[in-house]
Amino acid sequence: MKLLSAFRSSYLNRRGSTFRSLDPSSFDGGFIPKSSPSSIFWLAIHCLCCLISLILGFRFSHLVLFFLFSTSVTNLYTTTAGVSQLLQLKPLERKTNVTRDRIRPWPHPNPIEVVRAHQLLQRVQKEQKSIYGVRSPRTVVAVTPTYVRTFQALHLTGVMHSLMLVPYDVVWIVVEAGGKTNETASFVGKSGLKTVHVGFDGKMPNTWEDRRRMESEMRIQGLRIVREEKLDGIVVFVDDSNMHSMELFDEIQSVRWFGALSVGILAHSGNADELSSVLKMNQEGKKALSMPIQGPSCDSSGKLVGWHVFDTQPYATKSGVYVDDTAAVMPSKMEWSGFVLNSRLLWKESVDERPTWVKDVNNLLDGNEEIDSPLSLVKDPSMVEPLGSCGRNVLLWWLRVEARADSKFPPGWIIKSPLDITVPSKRTPWPDSSSKLSVVTKEAKSNQAATEKLSGKPRGSKSKSYSKEKQEPKAFNGFKVPATR
Amino acid sequence: MTNPSSLSAILLFLLLSVSSAQHNVRTERISGSAGDVLEDNPVGKLKVYVYELPSKYNKKLLQKDPRCLTHMFAAEIFMHRFLLSSPVRTHNPDEADWFYAPIYPTCDLTPTGLPLPFKSPRMMRSAIQLISSNWPYWNKTEGADHFFVVPHDFGACFHYQEEKAIERGILPLLRRATLVQTFGQRNHVCLDQGSITIPPFAPPQKMQAHLIPPDVPRSIFVYFRGLFYDVNNDPEGGYYARGARAAVWENFKNNPLFDISTDHPTTYYEDMQRSIFCLCPLGWAPWSPRLVEAVVFGCIPVIIADDIVLPFADAIPWEEIGVFVAEKDVPELDTILTSIPTEVILRKQRLLANPSMKQAMLFPQPAQPGDAFHQILNGLARKLPHDGSVYLRAGEKVLNWTAGPVGDLKPW
Repeated sequence: MKLLSAFRSSYLNRRGSTFRSLDPSSFDGGFIPKSSPSSIFWLAIHCLCCLISLILGFRFSHLVLFFLFSTSVTNLYTTTAGVSQLLQLKPLERKTNVTRDRIRPWPHPNPIEVVRAHQLLQRVQKEQKSIYGVRSPRTVVAVTPTYVRTFQALHLTGVMHSLMLVPYDVVWIVVEAGGKTNETASFVGKSGLKTVHVGFDGKMPNTWEDRRRMESEMRIQGLRIVREEKLDGIVVFVDDSNMHSMELFDEIQSVRWFGALSVGILAHSGNADELSSVLKMNQEGKKALSMPIQGPSCDSSGKLVGWHVFDTQPYATKSGVYVDDTAAVMPSKMEWSGFVLNSRLLWKESVDERPTWVKDVNNLLDGNEEIDSPLSLVKDPSMVEPLGSCGRNVLLWWLRVEARADSKFPPGWIIKSPLDITVPSKRTPWPDSSSKLSVVTKEAKSNQAATEKLSGKPRGSKSKSYSKEKQEPKAFNGFKVPATR
Repeated sequence: MTNPSSLSAILLFLLLSVSSAQHNVRTERISGSAGDVLEDNPVGKLKVYVYELPSKYNKKLLQKDPRCLTHMFAAEIFMHRFLLSSPVRTHNPDEADWFYAPIYPTCDLTPTGLPLPFKSPRMMRSAIQLISSNWPYWNKTEGADHFFVVPHDFGACFHYQEEKAIERGILPLLRRATLVQTFGQRNHVCLDQGSITIPPFAPPQKMQAHLIPPDVPRSIFVYFRGLFYDVNNDPEGGYYARGARAAVWENFKNNPLFDISTDHPTTYYEDMQRSIFCLCPLGWAPWSPRLVEAVVFGCIPVIIADDIVLPFADAIPWEEIGVFVAEKDVPELDTILTSIPTEVILRKQRLLANPSMKQAMLFPQPAQPGDAFHQILNGLARKLPHDGSVYLRAGEKVLNWTAGPVGDLKPW
């Protein structure tokens, strides 16, 4: 054993690291062989060890020598037998037992533990939010004017998803022009939020100008609802075609009475060529292109000094008039969506708390005068709070895009009868469209059609042959070959 | 008449306590076995005399290789600099409680930057010979009121291989002195009873530069980056980390909750801040800078090193802050971690968020109150007053100046 330990220690001495690779001269004093018979003997053993390692493998060398030395010559046969036995056993222990028996037989995650880990993650994140996030979150009251049209599903789905993701309480007030409909009600119901869905008399007009006016009235109706229900929170004007970021809802939590945000104006809907030509004209006239953002503007100390407005003058002639024009749609001077207010401003009671720079809201709400922008609710516009690091963060985008006037959409986006084929797909084995097929009866058809299918006519001709023929439905797939346009 | 007033007093007290309780949600005070000592100020509690040694022991080594300032053993250099300008320093050795000899034994680096400990014993020996011949204070106690900073792998055993280090043991001349070292393992030859364990040096500015906002949600469950098999030095496995790191890899490499790999990304510090648990398994030595990084970044350290002694163990209650997993329990690591109650995890995170905890792990330049330098001084102060028995009578000798391997006795 002493020999074995001596071997091990010398072996370990050799295992210097590559990055600790040392020149032999700096080894500490134990191992440096000075010319002496014992050292030569050790050297010889060392060479023997290396040779045997080459043949038998790393660890076997000193084991073999141990056996050779420990037993007498007569036992050599038994020891070699023993060694060969070990040779068979050794490969299993190669990666030493320290690692091997510490591997679980089923090294896969336990699903219950995975669920628990996710619960832990959620709890930790909730704690983080409560410590580092908003201290006392207030309800978000979203006022949305809408009406039924083709693009309503597109817009309302976006708004609904945004509001569902808001990590605070939400009350969604939907004011619908033309009365309550099932279409809108389905979205409102799907959201799972607290909602107030009211109808508003009058059909939505077809020009952008009139539409803007009606929307303002609908929003005022929403504010009346806030006053009546005495909702406590922050009122946001969530237009159905706008896009809102999640940071918007975090940012508005810091508003005290009346806040203003930067709105990115995406006016370039419809005909892009016309607009770009206008832009080119501007460049030639060396007029500075104003950035399409509406929002508060501050001086270097962070105080509100004015408003940045998108200059719509250059586009006045080119902008769309009717809702379904292909030309770009321009925003009004100050969009409603860029303002948020504390709902307590609208309450009938608690007049004392209200800041003096706000007009008497009750009169405005009860009366019928036109309010085209929320700024008319305040006497002193300089008291408005700029949000989003003084308007430098654009947290929402304004967009108006609608479908053609004659576009129709299936009510509720549910198709009553199965869809017809308009364009056959390339690889589907297609029922043959030639006229003789349509004459044969159904039963015979199923066989013949199958064989015809496999005969493989070129696909391109099929689409042409389909076009003005009406054929009977085949038994094997539910497709109706149509009368297409 | 007394009842209403006492009632109102009670109500007031309740209100105050409720309101103050709400503010304390974020962090919790840390108090270890020695009490609430993390924020103690050592000034006035002890006096340290710094010997004036020739620059061949300190400055010249640093000039030869300035990399000594940035590797994980740089604590010895920064401790010297701190003491030179600290208010606890005294120029009168007769009133000093502790004596410090500024030697940098770990500043002998290979071309790739790793320290060679082979000359360190001779260097220490020669320094002590100098001290004992030029000043009378060493002989008074044979070093019992002296302290040395030996941050290398196995402390004052001066070797990087554990078996060799155990064979050598602590340098005989340092057996009576207090050793300030990073290595700590219970029932190990290289840890003296009265030693002070310190964290390895981690560059504070580098870590500050990678801080992310604290509201970024922690979405990684377990995080680890490092070697699992040391192919260069331990090709077959089984020796490196006593197989613990290999066990972690083999058991959890396919587990999506464990983000472990040998790949060192540039977002290493940021990822730690997005993790709940950070593994700190042993390597060739049981300690690693990962502990410091985990504490600074608020990630609960999972310490897989049997019998390890963590830094400032009497001031910091590590069992309440980290999770200790025995090496044999590594295959059940996921069960262990997911079965920790939620409240316990939140409490550990609160303790880690305590800024004095983070300060205690760092060696900032210049020194700040509550940092590791001050914790070392606090530790030294807690050992005062010196027991009367350390003072030797004139002529009495306890240490054996000729003990140790022959190579150590050569002059340096």
